[in-house]
Amino acid sequence: MHATAVPVLVNAAGGKPNVIREIRDLVAHSNLLWNLVHRDLTVRYKRSIIGFFWTMLNPLLLMIILTVVFSTIFRFEGIDNYPTYFLSAYLVFGFFAQTTNQSMGSLAWNGSLMKQVRVPKSIFAIATTISGLVNLCLAYIPLFAIMLATGAPICRTIVFLPISFLLIAMFTLGVSLMLSALAVYFEDVQHMYAVATVGLMYMTPIIYPITIVPYKWLWVIRFNPLTHLFKLARDPVYGCTLPGGHVILASVAAAVIALVIGWVVFHRLARGFYLHL
Amino acid sequence: MSDPAVDFRDVTLRYRIMADRGITSFKEWAIRRLTHRIHFLDLVALSGVSFTLEPGRALGVIGHNGAGKSTLLRVAAGILEPTRGVAIVRGRQAPVIELGLGFEAELSGRENIFFNGALLGRSHPEMERRLDEIVEFADLADFIDQPIRTYSTGMVARLAFAIATTVDAHILLLDEVLSVGDASFRLKCLQRLEEFREDGVTILLVSHDLDTVAAMCDVALWLDRGTVRGFGPAAEVVDHYRASVGEAHLVGGAIETVG
Repeated sequence: MHATAVPVLVNAAGGKPNVIREIRDLVAHSNLLWNLVHRDLTVRYKRSIIGFFWTMLNPLLLMIILTVVFSTIFRFEGIDNYPTYFLSAYLVFGFFAQTTNQSMGSLAWNGSLMKQVRVPKSIFAIATTISGLVNLCLAYIPLFAIMLATGAPICRTIVFLPISFLLIAMFTLGVSLMLSALAVYFEDVQHMYAVATVGLMYMTPIIYPITIVPYKWLWVIRFNPLTHLFKLARDPVYGCTLPGGHVILASVAAAVIALVIGWVVFHRLARGFYLHL
Repeated sequence: MSDPAVDFRDVTLRYRIMADRGITSFKEWAIRRLTHRIHFLDLVALSGVSFTLEPGRALGVIGHNGAGKSTLLRVAAGILEPTRGVAIVRGRQAPVIELGLGFEAELSGRENIFFNGALLGRSHPEMERRLDEIVEFADLADFIDQPIRTYSTGMVARLAFAIATTVDAHILLLDEVLSVGDASFRLKCLQRLEEFREDGVTILLVSHDLDTVAAMCDVALWLDRGTVRGFGPAAEVVDHYRASVGEAHLVGGAIETVG
């Protein structure tokens, strides 16, 4: 045994949750992080071609349904190429809704792990967010196919998408951390949030244009951080424009605030996980 | 290296739980919170536990169910943080608190080896180097690429033990893991522990099997409701524990005859 190589664990009372320590711990467990992501993706696709194509097929089928509904039954004035308008925001909403919902299950599901080995507890929400991002990127393949098929222009502005994804992922991770910690304590959080997800979808201009919102309700949409975050993903694809400065500013603020609040709540509640998992 | 491998100084661990165990719903919690009717209870799992263990020695932790044995092991592993005091553990740990941790039924034996290794904080290259050894010890060469949902319970246990113990570690933390598997597997496990001892690995073993503790360990720690009742040479502590358990039975029996 070489004295220099011996790691020393000092487990002392009153250790405060510390950002730097947690990040160091996460880096030390990066191998676990990739394994969790890999497990998520392989189990999801069950190593079958059908699983992979389902990700592609899902937006295609949705598009057909929504195009039929909103181009023939309900009609919004002033939206050319409705499928692109809808999907460019809906794919991102799908990522947000799925990741936040899954991370609640994943923390509870991996609860037994946390009782048996020392792992940074936030690693499960981070892994769920990363595998969600992989799925999101895959879902853009059918979107671009649809755009080509319907004659929508694919512009160079799409190079902005990685920045959009980063901010949306930060926001999603913050919300996931907070919700998953609460879900450990209260089993009804998951059910309540499932309903809230539907509400959120209608509080955000995804299926309808912001112009149809009555003036007295506009503030709801404006204060909804998802409105700005989704615009960040829609503008480069649908509008062929880069998002405006105020949209970027609002998005950065939403992402940072959500991440900070999520982190603080998560680590405050994490101490009690052991008894509740 | 004169520093002890494990050094517990006045380690106390209290759990704070809601007195009304029924509150698992957020709605109910919010209502009670508003009406100030939430009470908390403190449960003491460990109380002022101090001991040191020299490198290369084996410690058996004994005591009744709920005495704090598993809590002590989890503090040593860094899973639980003490409420007071400090626990220092020097050396690379191999915690074997539950076998088959995080095994995923859909994944193959090989994939589970890498996943389990990652959970234990090992790198991918290290697991690659160790792969053949693990498969050989678990005796699963023909099945390693099958999903483990096709494995028998014994096969899963063999694989799990092989992963957990095929590692360069200075300290092995074992929680009741020797009670799984059949007789020949247990023998294999005990042999492996003996090899670890010869290699100078420090062992912390929680067990109800007093004979194993007396035979395998140098020292034993007897926990009773979170406090240390005895610490010293394994055979002695085990004898004291046995005597106390015997007495308790006698007292219990006497009361029963009176009543």
